[in-house]
Amino acid sequence: MVEAIKIDRLDVELKDEVLDKIPDANFDLCLTCGTCTGGCPATEQFGMDPRKLIRMLNFGMDDEIIKSDWKWVCSMCGRCQLACPMNINIPKLIFNIRNKVPRDKRPRGILGSCDQHIRTGSAMGAAKEDFEFTVLDVAEEIREDHAGFEDLEVTVDRVGAQMVLNQNSREPVTEPEEMGPLWKVLHTVGADWTYPSVMWAGENYCMFLADDEGWKYIIEEFVLHVDNNLKSPLVVNTE
Amino acid sequence: MRKFNIPHKFELITIIELYAQWIREGKLKVNSDWNKEIGAKFTVQDPCNIARKSGSNKIVDDLRFVVKTVVGEENFIDTVPNRINNFCCGGGGGALQAGFPEQRRAYGKIKYDQIMATGADYVIAPCHNCHGQIEDIGHHYGGNYHVVHLWTILCLAMGCLADTERTYLGPDLAEVGL
Ligand code: SF4
Ligand code: SF4
Repeated sequence: MVEAIKIDRLDVELKDEVLDKIPDANFDLCLTCGTCTGGCPATEQFGMDPRKLIRMLNFGMDDEIIKSDWKWVCSMCGRCQLACPMNINIPKLIFNIRNKVPRDKRPRGILGSCDQHIRTGSAMGAAKEDFEFTVLDVAEEIREDHAGFEDLEVTVDRVGAQMVLNQNSREPVTEPEEMGPLWKVLHTVGADWTYPSVMWAGENYCMFLADDEGWKYIIEEFVLHVDNNLKSPLVVNTE
Repeated sequence: MRKFNIPHKFELITIIELYAQWIREGKLKVNSDWNKEIGAKFTVQDPCNIARKSGSNKIVDDLRFVVKTVVGEENFIDTVPNRINNFCCGGGGGALQAGFPEQRRAYGKIKYDQIMATGADYVIAPCHNCHGQIEDIGHHYGGNYHVVHLWTILCLAMGCLADTERTYLGPDLAEVGL
């Protein structure tokens, strides 16, 4: 005789733990309709999909969930949740599953970028001195060589500028000439802007790593610098 | 900042919203005349962060307004689905550095097919993760589109894109306005 699974005897530690952090994640409301799975580009990778994940969570298959590498293939894009009739928060579940892996066992590429960011202010490891040197150098070249931009102004940490811009570290580190077009637009409209020297990079790998502490540290440092030192009313995300 | 409840005095905005504002205010004078005869076709990638995760279509609609202004309405072809319901490119969430390229590319196949269906020569990718992933899946699956930053096309339309700033342009646009 097959015995019915008694839900009240199930050990659902992971589910309870995540629900503690995100009480409105609604895992128990899953209708198993599969809408999430139908619209998820990560479906079938590593034999997993979002509906299956929620089933496994509700059955307490915690070890299998945590062991699966699918949590690094899902991009936490949120398409499943947007379509889900019960508004189940799958992206945040993924974040918390990533968080269950010991920090030093998470993917090396993401870990390295997060560590660099905490240490230097950018995921590619360019310290603020290097960043400042590069942007000022490129700006000088533009002033000399590009007609019409002889008085292009690029500054770092100019106090009181109306806007502070972040910059993905890929440009200053690997393709500095790509910053020119952005500056030319800013110059043309007469924008009053500056770069911050603290946590100047636009990317945030600590968030991908599910490193709450690192992520929070980066944002706090940035906010303190802009609010207290630069005193700019506007922060512009360039991506 | 929302997640950690970190108080801040400044307001946060994206450069895309500012481009749109500057064009509407007439501060940024751009048009699509440069592309009238060439007729290069463009599509855009909606980064999840400014589309779905921003909670509205406002920023991605601004993105379309800017792109249509600088490439010409008739030269813009949208993907289906798009904006808030767009497919993620598969490079986000750290996927580009997570070390599972086979799965990441399988994920990106949907995006690749979407782009190919538009027939566009250029994909404007306003986010670096998207830019990297869309280039990679293009090479991997044999697509012949180019992936460009929005600022490149803006400066092309403004006539101030230097020869050193054209890394991502294809041969059809490499010499335009020089
Ligand atoms: S869309 Fe929502 S309700 Fe439907 S299977 Fe997925 S998580 Fe469950
Ligand atoms: S958040 Fe993850 S599970 Fe949901 S649609 Fe995106 S990739 Fe799929």
